[in-house]
Amino acid sequence: MRCVSNAEGMLSADGVLGGNPLFYFIYNAVAHIAPCWLSYLISGLVIMLILINAVLLGAAVVSWGERRLLGRFQNRVGPNRWGPFGAFQPIADLAKLITKEDIVPYGADKLAFTAVPIIMVAAVLLGTAVLPFAKDVALVDLNVGVLFVLAVSSLTSIAIFTAGWASNNRYALFGAGRAVAVLLSYEVPVVLSLLGVVMVAGSMSLGDIVAAQAVPFFLVQPLAFFVFIAGMSAELNRTPFDVAEAESEIIAGYHTEYSGIKFALIQAAEFGGVLVVSGLIATLFLAGWAGPAADWLGWLWFLIKVFIGIFLFVWIRSTYPRLRLDQIMAVCWKFLMPLSIINLVAVVLEVFFLRDANGSLSTADLWIMAGINIVLAGGSILFFGRFIKEKVRTEAPTAAATNQVVPGVSTIGMR
Amino acid sequence: MTIRTEPMTVNVGPQHPSTHGVFRVRITFDGEDIVEVEPVLGYLHRGSEKLAEERNYVQVVTLTDRLDYTSSMINNQAYCLAVEQLLGIEPPPRGKYLRTLAAELQRIASHLIAVGFFVQELGAFGTPLMYTFRSRERILDLFEMLCGARVTVSYMRPGGVFADTPADFWPALEQFLEDFEGELEEIENLLLSNEILMVRTRGVSPLPADVAINCSVSGPVLRASGVNWDWRKMAPYDAYDQVEFDIPVGQNGDNYDRFWVRMQEVRQSLRIVRQCVAQIEPGPVRQELPLVLRAAPGAEAYGRVEASKGELGFFLVSDGGVSPYRCKIRSPSLINLTITEHLLLGWKLADMIVSLGSVDINMGEVDR
Repeated sequence: MRCVSNAEGMLSADGVLGGNPLFYFIYNAVAHIAPCWLSYLISGLVIMLILINAVLLGAAVVSWGERRLLGRFQNRVGPNRWGPFGAFQPIADLAKLITKEDIVPYGADKLAFTAVPIIMVAAVLLGTAVLPFAKDVALVDLNVGVLFVLAVSSLTSIAIFTAGWASNNRYALFGAGRAVAVLLSYEVPVVLSLLGVVMVAGSMSLGDIVAAQAVPFFLVQPLAFFVFIAGMSAELNRTPFDVAEAESEIIAGYHTEYSGIKFALIQAAEFGGVLVVSGLIATLFLAGWAGPAADWLGWLWFLIKVFIGIFLFVWIRSTYPRLRLDQIMAVCWKFLMPLSIINLVAVVLEVFFLRDANGSLSTADLWIMAGINIVLAGGSILFFGRFIKEKVRTEAPTAAATNQVVPGVSTIGMR
Repeated sequence: MTIRTEPMTVNVGPQHPSTHGVFRVRITFDGEDIVEVEPVLGYLHRGSEKLAEERNYVQVVTLTDRLDYTSSMINNQAYCLAVEQLLGIEPPPRGKYLRTLAAELQRIASHLIAVGFFVQELGAFGTPLMYTFRSRERILDLFEMLCGARVTVSYMRPGGVFADTPADFWPALEQFLEDFEGELEEIENLLLSNEILMVRTRGVSPLPADVAINCSVSGPVLRASGVNWDWRKMAPYDAYDQVEFDIPVGQNGDNYDRFWVRMQEVRQSLRIVRQCVAQIEPGPVRQELPLVLRAAPGAEAYGRVEASKGELGFFLVSDGGVSPYRCKIRSPSLINLTITEHLLLGWKLADMIVSLGSVDINMGEVDR
């Protein structure tokens, strides 16, 4: 029995998985022996399995790459024992963590405690569902892809807060409180910066956004690019915004109490998060799979751009100290927020004046926008940068009144 | 509507990544603000002072290594000075120079650790720490040439140092001094004007000079508060009266000043080392002494040095026996910890760690 699998059939009608050649291939193969609904299910599950494994494998590669790169940045070697350049290190790590005792602390909320790693990994995996890895190669090309990604990435903050609360550990609670404050605040400038991208592309679908980038958007909207990277650093809890798991202050923050496979899952979610965010940066600002040579080489360009993003994050992490929580808030609301609003207003005006009759922008228009916005970005970053410097300095808390100064002893003569 | 809040008491330490060993401080937080501080000490108590009463004068040197294990040379020096004062002996000039040289190298190593961990506690992920440790390793290698040990050196003896330098020590030292110039510049470029570092440390936890003096704080912490107080200048020992150097003094006594003073002291120590290399002459390194030393009954001596963390003093009392009747150690880290409350109250959790790091305590010395 053959099922309907062409463009007029059931599969393209619902939109989900539509236009995915791999899906059609598996579907057609399975449909010989299974009823339609089952082959539909099987092919969908197979694709998801491939994607999930790819992302988790990618997370392992990121963890290895990050440690190697950090080693290079820090004048040391990094993991180099097993495999070429130590590339099998993540497997060794995983084996170690799986064989470790899985401890649930006394007084912890077991259900919530256990659910957290799963939610975190799930959020990361969901984020990859809409990423276009190459031309027309995405699990789903949702027409509200940007919205979906933002919504899914916010799931992490709920998971982190649950982890802090369920662990019955005060450091974890500190971490959770900090994480929620940071994540909620940085959501705002990130969304505002993405509004500009969506406006220029004229679509919220990630595939369309890539297609719209005749000029990569990091040139067209440098401000949005900057705000997005800063905001995503905060959302990923990476330096200089890593207060949620500030190792030197609150041990490991929200995942202090996690051990064994749960810790491994949280780590996978973190490194997978880096991967997904780098994928987002590549898609939204670096023109995704678009590049010279044929379309089928798109995955290569995409991978290269993803690794540029990962390298950027590792570089930042290895360079900067951490800001204090109140300073992070100041950076968000007084620096990134105005920048994203400026970007939004500028893009609105530019799109309004430059668009042609049917509302689209030509490549020349994009270059004009790039020119204007680069000047604007430099100026406003300098201006608000000075602003934030002063603010952060003067708003440091004053010494407590309890500092008793005993009068009478002032200075001692010295030679 | 007001939100009901409750203070939360947290035990920071003794198992905590950044309390420099096993320092424990019970802190009551209101949100992230510190409202109550109670340091708890004693987790590393080994009874060094009591142990010293059971060993003869030379054997005690090995105990001093284990006080502040990041500046063993300086501990040796302080103890040897005390014994020499007790016995009324003086090391030969080459011995004095070698001690000064070793002590200043150790000061550089100790300050490098302090700076590295200080920035690590600010949240820099390992990079500055690795940079500083790279240079510290070189210094430890030099120590290995001098005495065969890297950390617990036991290099100095009452009456000098225990052996002359091997032939390959001086070229290695020259090479180190040459390389370290560039490495130090690299560290300074990375840290001294780092925007985030300044924002995090400037004006945070200031320690006024009068409070510092009332708490009898010493070392870089005191000098950062603007007090010019350095035993190397005020009561020169060993070869410090033969060398020129400046005392860096801070202004505000905040975390940045404490960090800054240490960075500058590294430069000054480098100056001292260079002068020692230029001035040192061949000769005996240790005064000939009997194997077992005995001081007059009732004799007392207080030997003090400017250690990397402050004034380190050994007070020795003799009853005429082969070992000290009493050995009291005035350790700078313990005394410097008395300002904990002044530093922490009213500041935030994140500042707490940095402020503790800026005091640069070493638990081996605090608990002895």
